Formats: sequence, structure tokens, C-alpha cells
Amino acid sequence: MSTENEWPLWEVFVRTKAGLDHKHCGSLHAADARMAVQMARDVYTRRQEGSSVWVVRSDQIVASDPGDKDMLFDPAEDKVYRHPTFYKLPDSVDQM
Amino acid sequence: MQASIQIPATPELDYLLRLGDTCLISGQRLGEWCGHGPILEEDIALSNMALDLIGQSRALLTLAGQKSGKGFDEDQLAFLRDEGAYRNPTLAELPRGDFAFTILRNLVLSTWLKLIWERLRDSRDAELAAIAGKALKEARYHQQHAADWAVRLGDGTEESRRRCEAALAQIAPYLPELFEDDTVDAAAEASGLGPAWSSLREPWLAEMGEVLGEAGLALPESTKFRSTGKVGRHSEHMGYLLAEMQYLQRAYPGGAW
Amino acid sequence: MYTQAMDTMREEGGQPALRTAEEAALQQRFDNRIDAGDFIEAKDWMPDNYRKTLLRQISQHAHSEIVGMLPEGNWITRAPTLKRKAILLAKVQDEGGHGLYLYAAAETLGQSRDQMLDSLHSGKAKYSSIFNYPTLTWADVGTIGWLVDGAAIMNQVPICRCSYAPYARAMIRICREESFHQRQGYDSLLAMMQNGTEAQKAMVQDAVNRWWWPCLMMFGPPDDQSPNSAQGMRWGIKRVSNDTLRQKFVDATVQQAQVLGVSLPDPDLRWNEATQHWDFGTIDWSEFWRVVGGEGPCNRERLAMRVAAWEEGEWVREAALAHSRKQARKEKAA
Repeated sequence: MSTENEWPLWEVFVRTKAGLDHKHCGSLHAADARMAVQMARDVYTRRQEGSSVWVVRSDQIVASDPGDKDMLFDPAEDKVYRHPTFYKLPDSVDQM
Repeated sequence: MQASIQIPATPELDYLLRLGDTCLISGQRLGEWCGHGPILEEDIALSNMALDLIGQSRALLTLAGQKSGKGFDEDQLAFLRDEGAYRNPTLAELPRGDFAFTILRNLVLSTWLKLIWERLRDSRDAELAAIAGKALKEARYHQQHAADWAVRLGDGTEESRRRCEAALAQIAPYLPELFEDDTVDAAAEASGLGPAWSSLREPWLAEMGEVLGEAGLALPESTKFRSTGKVGRHSEHMGYLLAEMQYLQRAYPGGAW
Repeated sequence: MYTQAMDTMREEGGQPALRTAEEAALQQRFDNRIDAGDFIEAKDWMPDNYRKTLLRQISQHAHSEIVGMLPEGNWITRAPTLKRKAILLAKVQDEGGHGLYLYAAAETLGQSRDQMLDSLHSGKAKYSSIFNYPTLTWADVGTIGWLVDGAAIMNQVPICRCSYAPYARAMIRICREESFHQRQGYDSLLAMMQNGTEAQKAMVQDAVNRWWWPCLMMFGPPDDQSPNSAQGMRWGIKRVSNDTLRQKFVDATVQQAQVLGVSLPDPDLRWNEATQHWDFGTIDWSEFWRVVGGEGPCNRERLAMRVAAWEEGEWVREAALAHSRKQARKEKAA
């Protein structure tokens, strides 16, 4: 896939402002971690999108197998009682 | 053709133009990389720095225009002066060179600018102090970017090291101009406008020494040559740079942009 | 358009016969997801042709952004005011960012950026032929923003709903950033047309005259000569047909030209009350195919400039990698 002399690929996560999660926003090539952080700033926060960035080598990410999607995520479907809307309460206390 | 404007020669104006023109001309040179960088990510990074420098020059030239007493705006100052009225030290105008030259010149100038911005936060001129406060953040990033690259290139391969050494040899003769005082510095220091450039020398040498040490590089011995851009006597390169930069303003007198 | 892949690629031949029942089931499942308007993610199963077509389209789109930096980039050092210089630099830089996002989207399909660049540099890969026209005056910069970016946005907005999710996500980001590109171009032309000198107005009209027809060609050949469009539509890679987009562009642009005070160089341009659209003249498709085929005014120069930047950067990329490997060895030893 990657040619031998290509800089490694990094995934970039940006926190837009304090209090929010870091969110994946793309990837880039960089030769080392410091460069990856700087490049992330230059590439992905040119319009005040960021207050913090994380970078992680793409080959270090472990992902679930799309083939396991049914097995992993469908079982949550019928657990309706985990949601607040499952419980019908009298109007007078329904803001609970 | 649009004629040149004439700038009154006051030490205060000269001091501001030396700084503003350094930003302007450095930004012009860095902008030449856009679309031609060694890798896409770095192309974008270099443009960001050029944009910071152009922004700084706009603020400084606007301030200089106000102080000129003639109501000049940033564009009249940027585009309609004769070559001899530009006050940047010669180093800023040298051609962009290869990536090693660009990085090392950036390291020299961003370290120098960072130090002067630090001092200018205390300028008795409130507007200049405000410009310095904003520019300092930008210069710190430029310095870090250049320093990291200097270490990579100094340590990287034989070729990158050789190119760094060649770049430093080319830069060295233009360094004394950044640290020698004249009447402009004396007036700025006396009035509290800003520091004399000579006061930047020691901290600059210390910070440069740290980075170059880590990169396995060293500044060559200084030469007897003295460049004189800051008093308006430039290198041959300046004329070409200005011919290109000023072309539209000169060719379309009275134009609106 | 930035993505002429669907129009300029040769017919691939039919789908290869499926070998196993398992593959047939996967294909069926994929088709169902497409029909349901589902997004396909990088690691999901997809037919080979879908992967190949997307790779070609996205990489070609990326190449267009990168080569597209050059014509306008010509004017960064000559921009007439510091404000325009900053705007232009930010804009051309954005194009580089867009190329980067798109290369990253294409990389998820299993080809490295270096491989894609090799294809560009060797002349194997195409990019939008609009960038093979020269930028002769400052007004070309504004005209590219107004017309070329305007046409590009019209084409790109539907791709935000492309079935391939990494491409769609990149396009959403690009469209969000690109919204200032067209406006800054128009704004620059407006400044010259409203407050400028006669010489400036003539410069704007000349630029519009030169860019108008190539811009109409950007949408690709007429629908009846665009053999791969049907498959692209079926896959949700292409959302709106070439002719529909082109008409939409003409309809939107005519009024903008009037406000600007320039004429569009087409004597056949007239309002059609029956269709409620602007009719326009015949496009010279021989010019389009000539430029696509490498015989435009700047094809060789553009490519040569990209190759030169890449080759001159090689020692830089090598040095950074060598340094990082040395550091890794040092850390391991410690």
C-alpha cells in the first residue's frame, strides 16, 4: 500500500473549544509526531476550528471489523428500556 | 504609470518601516512557495506563515502611514515607494533559495522577530504594543516550525546537512545588519518606542545556538561585509522583487482593486 | 469538471462474472445498501469496479486541486493590494488543503498518495482541463473565482451526498471552505467594474471572454456522449447529469454578469420563456477533447511545474524520514 519512502499517515482529532470532545476530522502525512501536530494545526484549523489537536499514527488504530457489525451493534436494538422515553409517567411528574 | 510617493525621513518612521518592511518582504518571499512546496502539508504551513507576515506588515505599514503625516495607507506604502525607501535588512529580500535556505532564514528572522516583538509589547506607543502582542504568538510558532525543521535537516541526510551548511554560509554575511545600531535605534530607545537592535544580539545568539547545536550546525564566522538594506541601499535582488510586486499598482494609475 | 473521470475513462467492459455464491450475496447486499441511500465506508465490501472508479475520480479531483494552485498562484507575488494578496494566498492555500483531504479520502481505497502522484507526474492520470488555460491578467484571478469556482461548487455540492462516505465527508469540508472562493472572485471583479478605470474594465471583460467557454466545458460532454454516467448515477457517485448542471450554471451566471456589468461572449444566449431557462450557443467540443488530450495552452508547463516541485522536494522528504528513523533507533537503544 504505502510506498517505502512515504511519510507515515496520521489521523487528526480536533477539539473545537474547551468542554467539547476531540472529533476525528481527517488525516495527513508527517515524518514525526511533532511535525504531525504542527501540520494538523496548519491543515485542519485554518478557520479557528481548533483549541486542541490529537494526532495518532493511522497504523496504530484498531478498528472493529465491518463484517462483525451485526453481531456487535444489533443486540443493543431491543434494549428499549435503557431509554428514558420507554417510561410513561403521569404528566405532573413527566419532566423527571 | 503611477508615480512614487515620498516619505518624510524621521527616525520613528524609519524604525517602524524597518520592521514593517521586514515582514512585508519576508512574506513576499515565503508566498513564492505556495504551490511549490516539498510536500502538500508543508506547502500549506509555509503559506500560513506568509499570511501571518503579510498581516503583520499591514498593521505596521498602516501605523507608519498614520505617523507619516501624509495620510498614506498600507498599500501606498507597500507598492508605491522607490526601492531606496524600503527599509528591510537585506537578508529578507534574498531569493527564496532551496528549502534549507528558506528554513534557516526563517529561523534567523523568526527568532529575531520574536525577540523584538517581546520587547515591543512594552513600547510607549500603545498601538505598536498591541501589534506586538498579537505578532509575538505568530513569531513563536514560526520559530518553532523553523527550529524543528533545522534539526531534521541538520541531522537527516548528508545532502540535507550539506544544503544547511551552504545556506548558513550564504546567510552569515547579512547577520551583522540585524544587530548594529545607528541613529534610528538610538532615537527609538531614547523615546521608548522600541529596543535598539543591538540589544537583541545576545538573546538571539543564545537561542540560535541552542537550535543549531541540536541540529549539529554552527554559524560561520562573521565577515567584514556589511549589508545596508535598512538604510535603503539594497541588493540587486530587491529591484526584481519590487518590479513584480508593484507591477499592477504602477501599470494601472488610479485603479480600484 | 474537477472530476472528468466518468467522462474521459474508457469503457471498462462489463462486470466480471461473479465467482462464488458468497460474492453474489455480498454484491446483492452492496446493491441494496446503495439503493437504500446508505453510505459505504472504507472497510466495507465493495465491487472492484466501484473501488476503481472512485479511486480514479477522487484522485483526479485531488490532482485538479493541486494543479489548480498554479494558474492563480502565478499572481500571488503580483497581487495589487496587501488585502488581495492575503485573500489570494489563503485561497490558493485552501486548494492545497482540498487536494490533501481528497488524497486522504482516496487513500482509504488502498492506494498511497505517492502512487497517485506517480500517476499524475507520469501523465497517466488526468486533472481538470480548465487549469491548462493561462492566467494572463489580474482579472483572470477574479474570473477564476467567480466562474471556475462557481462551476466547481455547482458540481461539488451534489457530491457531498456521494455514496462513498470518506469522499462525501471530504466534500462537505471542501464545500464549507470553498464558499468564500467564488465570492472573493466576484468581489474583486466588482471593485474593478464599479470603481475602476476604463483599462481595468477592459481587462475584466477580456478575462470573461476567455474563460466563459472553457468553464461551460468543465461540466463534461453532453449527457448523450457521456457513456459512464449511468453507472455513476446507479452507484451514487455522480448525482446530477452534466447537462443539468451546465444549464443550472448558465442560469445562475447570467444575472451575476448583468450586475457586474460584463457581457458573456455568446450571441445565442437568450431567455427561453417556454423552458424558463437561458438558451446558449454550441460548445466547441473539439477544443475540449484537444485540451483533455494534452494539447491545451499550458498542459506541459503545468505538469512540468508539479514534477519539478516534487523532485526538488525529494531530498527534504528523505531527510525528515532519515531523522525520524534515527530518533526511533535512539529511543529503542535507550
